[in-house]
Amino acid sequence: MNARLSRRRFIKGVIASSVAAASTSAWYSAAQSDRPQGSVERLLTINVNGKKRRVDVLPQETLAHTLRYKLGLTGTKLGCNRGECGACTVLVDDMTHYSCSMLTHSVRGREVTTVEGVQAPNGDLHPVQQAFVDELGPQCGYCTPGQVMAAVALLKANPKPTRDEARIAMSGNLCRCGAYDHYLHAIMRASGQRT
Amino acid sequence: MTYRHIGKDFTPPDIVSKVTGKAKYSEDFQVDGMVYARLLTSPMPHGKVKNIDLSEALAMEGVIGVLTADDVPPSQAPNPAILTNEPVYVGDPILAIAAVDEKTAEDAISKVRVELEPLPFTTSPTDSLRPGGPSARTEGNVFIQREMSQINWSDEDLQRFLDGKEPTGEAPTEWSFGDLEAGFDNATVVMEESFVTTGYAHMCMEPRSVLSYWQNGKCHVYGSTQSQSFVVPSLAEQLGIEQKDLVYVSEFCGGGFGSKIASYPVLALPGYFSKKLARPVMLRITREEEFYVGSARVGFQGWIKAGFKADGTVSAVDLYIVQDLGSQGTGGDASSAGGAVSILYQPDAMRLRAIPVLTNTTPRGAQRGPGQNQIAAIFEPMLDKAARELGIDPLEIRRVNAPDSSARINANQGPVTSAYMVEALDKGGELFNWKERKKRSGQRNGSKVTGIGVGQGYHSAGESGFDGLVRITPDGKIHLHSGVGNLGTYSYVSTTRAAAEVLNCSWENCVVEHGNSALHLPWSSYQAGSNTTFTHTRANYMAAQDMLTKIKEIAAVTLGGAADDYDVADERVFNTGDTTRSMSYAEVARRSIELGGRYSGAEMPDDIHQVTQRAVQGLAGSGLIGVAKDVLPVRGTVPGLAVAFAEIELDLETGKHEIIDYLAVAECGTVVHPQGLAGQLCGGAVWGFGMASLERHVYDPQNGLPANVGYYQCKPPTYLDVPREIQTAAVDIADPDNPMGARGIGEPAMGCATAAVLCALSDALGGHIFNRTPVTPDMIINHLAKQPQSYAKLAMNTF
Repeated sequence: MNARLSRRRFIKGVIASSVAAASTSAWYSAAQSDRPQGSVERLLTINVNGKKRRVDVLPQETLAHTLRYKLGLTGTKLGCNRGECGACTVLVDDMTHYSCSMLTHSVRGREVTTVEGVQAPNGDLHPVQQAFVDELGPQCGYCTPGQVMAAVALLKANPKPTRDEARIAMSGNLCRCGAYDHYLHAIMRASGQRT
Repeated sequence: MTYRHIGKDFTPPDIVSKVTGKAKYSEDFQVDGMVYARLLTSPMPHGKVKNIDLSEALAMEGVIGVLTADDVPPSQAPNPAILTNEPVYVGDPILAIAAVDEKTAEDAISKVRVELEPLPFTTSPTDSLRPGGPSARTEGNVFIQREMSQINWSDEDLQRFLDGKEPTGEAPTEWSFGDLEAGFDNATVVMEESFVTTGYAHMCMEPRSVLSYWQNGKCHVYGSTQSQSFVVPSLAEQLGIEQKDLVYVSEFCGGGFGSKIASYPVLALPGYFSKKLARPVMLRITREEEFYVGSARVGFQGWIKAGFKADGTVSAVDLYIVQDLGSQGTGGDASSAGGAVSILYQPDAMRLRAIPVLTNTTPRGAQRGPGQNQIAAIFEPMLDKAARELGIDPLEIRRVNAPDSSARINANQGPVTSAYMVEALDKGGELFNWKERKKRSGQRNGSKVTGIGVGQGYHSAGESGFDGLVRITPDGKIHLHSGVGNLGTYSYVSTTRAAAEVLNCSWENCVVEHGNSALHLPWSSYQAGSNTTFTHTRANYMAAQDMLTKIKEIAAVTLGGAADDYDVADERVFNTGDTTRSMSYAEVARRSIELGGRYSGAEMPDDIHQVTQRAVQGLAGSGLIGVAKDVLPVRGTVPGLAVAFAEIELDLETGKHEIIDYLAVAECGTVVHPQGLAGQLCGGAVWGFGMASLERHVYDPQNGLPANVGYYQCKPPTYLDVPREIQTAAVDIADPDNPMGARGIGEPAMGCATAAVLCALSDALGGHIFNRTPVTPDMIINHLAKQPQSYAKLAMNTF
């Protein structure tokens, strides 16, 4: 055994490690035994992509969970499920939100827009989506729906952002492929500032 | 040469589904009767499972079953296990529980009582190498020539190494060329430095979730891998089934970067579980678990001595590397680092010594430029230091050493297919306005100081011997079957354009088949090592040539004359002497089905891989088949080269820097897909910035616990950590060993960025080099304040 490691220290470490393991996976721990006793699903009506959707929701259920696993809207991705990466970004009343960190109960009476809801009714791509295609924005594509939603929200609030404003607005969305430049090109294109 | 498709941008067939959210990654699939599995992972860095009490967990309502190490084949150390009774790192999967929903599975995991006996562990290679030091595995502490063994240094050897003196400890990997002693004798300046490059996680955006079920005797796996066809043999072997009984779907992969090249243990787990339960099993991997099972870069602790002649040419390099392999076997990084030095600086003599040591940290594997990029982070700033002593400009010292097509590489000093590094440096120097910009080096603006840097990257970038498969169906559609995985580079499709080029057909009439083994895909190389562009433009070219020959033969049989009398254009084959004698590709396809034999796929070449054979069998009779193994010559190592230029502003009060401007120049032969190349150069740059100054593993040496298991702790670069805009360019000179002139680029695109930023930081500090990655603000502040650094010279796991 490691000479620098006493048994007492090691046991302390193991205790610490199990605590660490239990406290990290946010959604799972939210859904774990610390939930209110006797909690049951309640039927909610939520407004998603302009449609009223009726769905049974647990008190501690996140919007990302409801969208992906109950409404089949798998365009919203879970990269971390703990508010770090932005892959699950959706719009609630035109504001960006990490849907992994928002309770479904909290969106009653509000407008939720996911990546499935930004195309025109005739199927035409949203200008942001078209610009993402034209600039070859996505690489692996996993963060892309979140990036699209953050860009859509930005252009709603600021139709002609500077590149720096766009950087700041998009900075809550990670991209491990490092496609930031191409996404920014796309935002400048979608806002008519790049051809 | 002017091409119809090569060198032109196009809209990849999968991109619209990526921007609309319709793209289905493995976790997006749902099938009837699916159950959800969760993992129980080790809380300690090394231990033995003494007892597992499942009674409470299995009694819970909704729990379907459990999978333990006893249900899966044992693995031979240091190969990773699917499930294990001797976990070798915190997070090593011990068992899995399936339930009707994920919450129940997770709740059941918390009811499992596992009794673990702690075993000795280590988080640092040098800790393991000391006399009587702990070994990461009971089988030993080093992995040499694919076997586990035990090596411990003497106290004296260890101390010399930790003091940064020339190492004397046993290093089982050794190669050399040239006369090292003479090389150092000829040197005007000799540099001697010790260094550390820290490992860090791949952190793919998509956690590697897997769905598996069995149907009609076949195992269906929906997974996330960089490669498609290349995964089939390794996954079938892991599942203990024949390749024909595996249906593998990986149409989309949310990032790999080396961590998902072939099959991996978690990919096979649901296959075993669904067989045991007779239910489809979805195993969702959390971000935290992805940090554990998702692989990481090999760490280096090392020593380097390099001699430079008065003109800056490198006369000798002596390189010594202790590799931190984590808990599982890999270990090519050190040799790859040596290879990179041998080609980028063309030393007269060189020696590499290395020792691959296991630690009880997350499994390591290939990560974007494994070895090449670690050494770029160390050698390039040292090169600048030598240039400073010799009074040579940093760009000039790279020019005098730069590889050209007569360059030699590796221990055997073999040839390269071609190399134009001087052209890359010159092009970059001009576009970046190096001479003018260099005058700003050291310029102060309040608390900020400007640094200018240039860096180089290398990775071998091409393989050969894989298969191509194309098909024309009676509706006239040209099906380009791609066994290449969809890892985000669009190479699965850009390489098929070589076939469209040969067939002289419109892109709109092509259908790219990929992402699902049931679509009859040919054998493919691994989508790693920057090889796909070179390798599969060749394979597609070969298959299309086979098809072209067959088209002309069918025309001759049908319309008379000899095959040589015919040529193709506008998706028709016509007689060059009498253009009225012609057939459309659709007619040729119909005719091929009547003719049968090798035209319809009823017969096929002997030399193609069994994966391709099965694909052709599946397609036989559906149209005209073009299929071939790539047997074109390769006259040497295929180099992927890149140069980067960076201007930074370093704040001397905070130690933080901002990258003001960045330019990358690719030297990868003919550009096949301009937007795709720009994507790789930008993405590589972002990875390089992360390695240079942000990302690292930290393990608590006392308890073996990882300190960073999330994005916010591991710090992959964000929009705000990269320059406002990145510039890219390419040399664009054809490589003679590729029919389209192309070579790969993905990994060198990162190494050059790491190097350029570190060189710029060094420049801003008047030439100080840290010999360590990442270089963080606290290191800079300590240096400026003339305070000792917070870490010991060669220590790993430093904050």
